[in-house]
Amino acid sequence: MKNSSDEKSKVFEIDEVSFSYEDADALSAVTFRVDAGERLALLGSNGSGKSTLLKMLDGLIFPTEGNITAFGEELSENALRDDRYSQAFRRRVGFVFQNSDSQLFSPSVWEEIAFGPLHLGLTAKEVEERTAETIHILGLEHLKDRPPFHLSGGEKKKVALASVLAIDPDVLLFDEPTAGLDPKTETFLARLILQLADAGKTIITATQDLRLVEEVAERVIILGEDHRLAGAGSAVEILADKELLLSANLIHDHPHKHGKIEHFHPHSHLKDHHGHEQ
Amino acid sequence: MLSGLSPTGTGMGKSSSMAEVRRVSVIQRTLQGLSGALTESVFTEQIAARPGLLQRTDPRAKALCLLGLLIVAALVHTWQILLAMYLLTLILAGVSNISIAFFIKRVWLFIPIFAGIIVLPSLFSVFRTGDPLWMIWDFGHEVTFGPWSLGTSLAITKQGLAGAALLILRVAVSVSLAVLLALTTRWANLLKALRVFFVPRIFILILSLTYRYIFLLLAIASDMFTARRSRMVGPSSPREDRRFVASSMGTLLGKSHTMSDEIYSAMVSRGYTGEPRSTHRFHMRVADWAISASAAMVAIAVITGDRLFC
Repeated sequence: MKNSSDEKSKVFEIDEVSFSYEDADALSAVTFRVDAGERLALLGSNGSGKSTLLKMLDGLIFPTEGNITAFGEELSENALRDDRYSQAFRRRVGFVFQNSDSQLFSPSVWEEIAFGPLHLGLTAKEVEERTAETIHILGLEHLKDRPPFHLSGGEKKKVALASVLAIDPDVLLFDEPTAGLDPKTETFLARLILQLADAGKTIITATQDLRLVEEVAERVIILGEDHRLAGAGSAVEILADKELLLSANLIHDHPHKHGKIEHFHPHSHLKDHHGHEQ
Repeated sequence: MLSGLSPTGTGMGKSSSMAEVRRVSVIQRTLQGLSGALTESVFTEQIAARPGLLQRTDPRAKALCLLGLLIVAALVHTWQILLAMYLLTLILAGVSNISIAFFIKRVWLFIPIFAGIIVLPSLFSVFRTGDPLWMIWDFGHEVTFGPWSLGTSLAITKQGLAGAALLILRVAVSVSLAVLLALTTRWANLLKALRVFFVPRIFILILSLTYRYIFLLLAIASDMFTARRSRMVGPSSPREDRRFVASSMGTLLGKSHTMSDEIYSAMVSRGYTGEPRSTHRFHMRVADWAISASAAMVAIAVITGDRLFC
């Protein structure tokens, strides 16, 4: 009985997954699982393999070694060749890319948001309704006929988000969602992620922004610079573990002046002196 | 101290600084060209968003009507009717909230001028015989050039002038109709309207992706040129400039390749399986049918009038 409910709540199971780009390793023997409704952060420095892992969870690339199970079934290239499985999977998992320009390929905002529902087999009426609803929820009415290349960075991110939310997926994958955003859009995004989590969505956020982790994640998985799992635990535990954050190159020591006193302490440039050690 | 380093008084300083100005201006001009292209696209989109007769018209009806009139313009043989058609395009520009001066400049700036240059020789009696309208040079005897006879005089002929005016007017009307369509229709809608001409969806998808990403590429190229300019101290040699341009091309190619992979992934992630689908948000209203009927009537009137004149 316990096993059955355990299986039901499991969204992803990543088992000894490795991935290499030609000669360079991007991920080495990573194992963890993601449960339904979880708010998980994949924390790691640049090049640690976070984006690669997210792409694998979205079935865009596949492990060179190891297995990924999604919703109880193996996520593989072969499985996704089956149109029915592929459509069902794409309806359940949405991916917000780091670079919004890659995600905004349609000639207008309206068409961008309609793209997902349209290609996932919804009827024309449903596409129209879903698109209008998403535009309304995110307050994008004034942008709906604009071409994406005329939008600001923050607007592009909102449209990219809307284009994924229009699919109404159960799982949302965010790749560095706050990179290059102004503080207002950053706050908007963090709040939206929490609202989506409250609505029962599973949220997986790949980031190196410790402040965002603190705001949106309840569990954290750290990828080290050697592309291996460096640690896992609750957000509170991980963010308090300075040694672990230092070893994963997420914070660093450097000389620091406070008045006339110069000293070293762990420091992240992505937030203001969080974890200051006197 | 610094002035001691410049080779003043030899004349070399002046020529070197002129070369410097020339070289810097190449980068400057490239930057201006790139930003000009971006500004132009924004401006065109703004015109397409204005309230006006053609902007309100269904893109499919507009594309069909304007293409129909374009074909009619190619069949007309009388300059008076072509002139009337040209005046009609000016009226259409006016009721579509486009500045007439801007419209005329846009149409006449390139293509009719080139058409004029091409058609220029046909004005003269040495290339096309006819009734002299304006005598330029009376040779007094027949002049031959190898196997060709140039006639006894050099004159602008009535037939040559009429033929040239007809061609220039025809080009002007055709360009005006095309410019009207391009200015009053958002590119996205214009590309979608191509479906009425049975253009396959995959072509429309590729065209719209190309149009969309050309601006990103322009912005990246512009950033690269600006970054280079901001780091330049003193003039760079033509060799360095060539190397920079070549490496920029390589970098842009690499970036566009990476981006195309990401775009494809983003499309697949949202359900794309290689079969593009599109929605139709266009609705033919009574006004669109009325405009289509008016265009058909104009086309019939033009063809009939042309036959009567001829």
